[in-house]
Amino acid sequence: MTVEAVEAVTAADIAAYALRLGDDALILSQRLCEWVTRAPTIEEDLAMANIALDLLGHARTLLGYAGELDGTGRSEDDLAYTRTERQFRNALLVEIPNGDFGLSIARQLVFAHYTRLLYTALEESADAVLAGLAAKASKEVAYHCLHAGQWAVRLGAGTEESHRRMQAGLDQVWPYVAELFDSDELVRRLDGDGTGVDPARLRAEWDESVGAVLSEAGLTVPAPRWRAGGGREGLHTEAFAPLVAELQAVHRQYPGASW
Amino acid sequence: MATAAAHRTAGTPADGAPDTVDTTAYQHAFDAAVAADERVEPRDWMPDAYRATLVRQIAQHAHSEIIGMQPEANWITRAPTLRRKAILMAKVQDEAGHGLYLYSAAETLGTSRDELLDKLHSGRQKYSSIFNYPTLTWADVGAIGWLVDGAAITNQVPLCRCSYGPYARAMVRICKEESFHQRQGYELLLALSNGTAEQRAMAQDAVNRWWWPSLMMFGPPDDESQHSAQSMAWKIKRHSNDELRQRFVDICVPQAESLGLTLPDPDLRWNEERGHYDFGAIDWTEFWEVLKGNGPCNEQRITQRRRAHDEGAWVREAAAAYASKHTRTTTDTADTGTPGDTGNTAETGANRA
Repeated sequence: MTVEAVEAVTAADIAAYALRLGDDALILSQRLCEWVTRAPTIEEDLAMANIALDLLGHARTLLGYAGELDGTGRSEDDLAYTRTERQFRNALLVEIPNGDFGLSIARQLVFAHYTRLLYTALEESADAVLAGLAAKASKEVAYHCLHAGQWAVRLGAGTEESHRRMQAGLDQVWPYVAELFDSDELVRRLDGDGTGVDPARLRAEWDESVGAVLSEAGLTVPAPRWRAGGGREGLHTEAFAPLVAELQAVHRQYPGASW
Repeated sequence: MATAAAHRTAGTPADGAPDTVDTTAYQHAFDAAVAADERVEPRDWMPDAYRATLVRQIAQHAHSEIIGMQPEANWITRAPTLRRKAILMAKVQDEAGHGLYLYSAAETLGTSRDELLDKLHSGRQKYSSIFNYPTLTWADVGAIGWLVDGAAITNQVPLCRCSYGPYARAMVRICKEESFHQRQGYELLLALSNGTAEQRAMAQDAVNRWWWPSLMMFGPPDDESQHSAQSMAWKIKRHSNDELRQRFVDICVPQAESLGLTLPDPDLRWNEERGHYDFGAIDWTEFWEVLKGNGPCNEQRITQRRRAHDEGAWVREAAAAYASKHTRTTTDTADTGTPGDTGNTAETGANRA
């Protein structure tokens, strides 16, 4: 890495990038928390809480780093609790309501494989903080892949009912997949500079690894008629505002309090 | 363990033919082992009533961990900072783990988790009365940590020396994690009590609501406790309900003082003569009502538990169907099974990772 190349991206660019990844992790963590005490088995209550906690850990590092780099000095909590819905930068996939267990597993399968590839690539980041986070997170999301993959196979190749529900979950989730891999000027610049990863270049490998799970499960890769988008610009789904309202309720009720 | 080993039998009377076996010798050996503070292990002979009491107590303990997740999980999505959210998530996760340890301990006595859950869902087995109270504010999470986990620890530390080995060992592991949660709850309340006037009021209100229900966690007074005498003779219990309750009050009063919060009991005062705090009368009518299922959240807690179980039935059925196909394909390679079901799916996940 040359000195010139490192200077090609600004701290604000890295902050914007960290915010996207952090918001993905924060919002999916919040959704998974909704499963706790409602899962099909106690083991799954535990697994959902466990994965949610890993994701929250990623979010805390990434949001804290974003606030540090963007010059505003905002903390992880400032960013999580005081932004409006329009200021969140997560992909729409992670805000999809839980639905049944099949839908949640479909969402997990998509996201876990995406982040496994992303964090593995990001381990090489020229940015030491991102590289450090990625090294830790890639190990955790590898577990999340195992969890989602094994459930997708069990449900897909379990009973007729579970096959139907798992396929329905995939069908509902698939329109949101493409957005994860959207390339734009920011990620291309970060990728060129060796700081970030343009997710577009992860798609082929993702198709392959998720495709292998679905084929093992006897499930079909959906061909959606529409594609979601807009999350990275703060254009969310209707389900998002209630999620944010719940997340921020106590914090906003007591402005300026410390906890 | 010498005595216990001596009367360990492969097929105990409980397994089959009690009429043809004279249990007197077993009973003597059991009594001697308990008297010598030895641990009773799953394969040892034990009186039927001892077994039944343990199944009941361990199951109810396990159920309490599982139902006890609900009042706290109610606040995970609203925790006011990400750090507090992470702590609460880890705690609820620990509780699920404690439930699993305890179901395993109960299973060593010849029951199954499915059977026990069925008894929970149908109301034939109970769980701790405390979890039938609602968590109304964020401060309740702290009050539960400090008072409810504090009471649980006071109850459970002596159980680490319980005569039944699997239960005692589960308690050793559980108590370590519980005391950590208890300190975190205390620290949460401390932050509120050092915070704004509103936060302080929130903390005081939570303590006011959770104090008496926490004292009820030790069970009815000694003269109304059905099982106490026998459990103490068997060394399942080591101290009476009232003794443990007194110990808890004595611990809490100075802690409340250092939190700068008051306990909602006008009769609470130090008794120099006894060397203990005196405290006011517990509302036993409320206690029995909650125990009978008429507390503020009994209905809600069981309904949520049952709904999770019922709505998850298709998932468990799928897992069972998949496991049985998987077993068949590994033993019978001629079975075509599901496409891609090569019989080594348990390993493919690891390969993918």
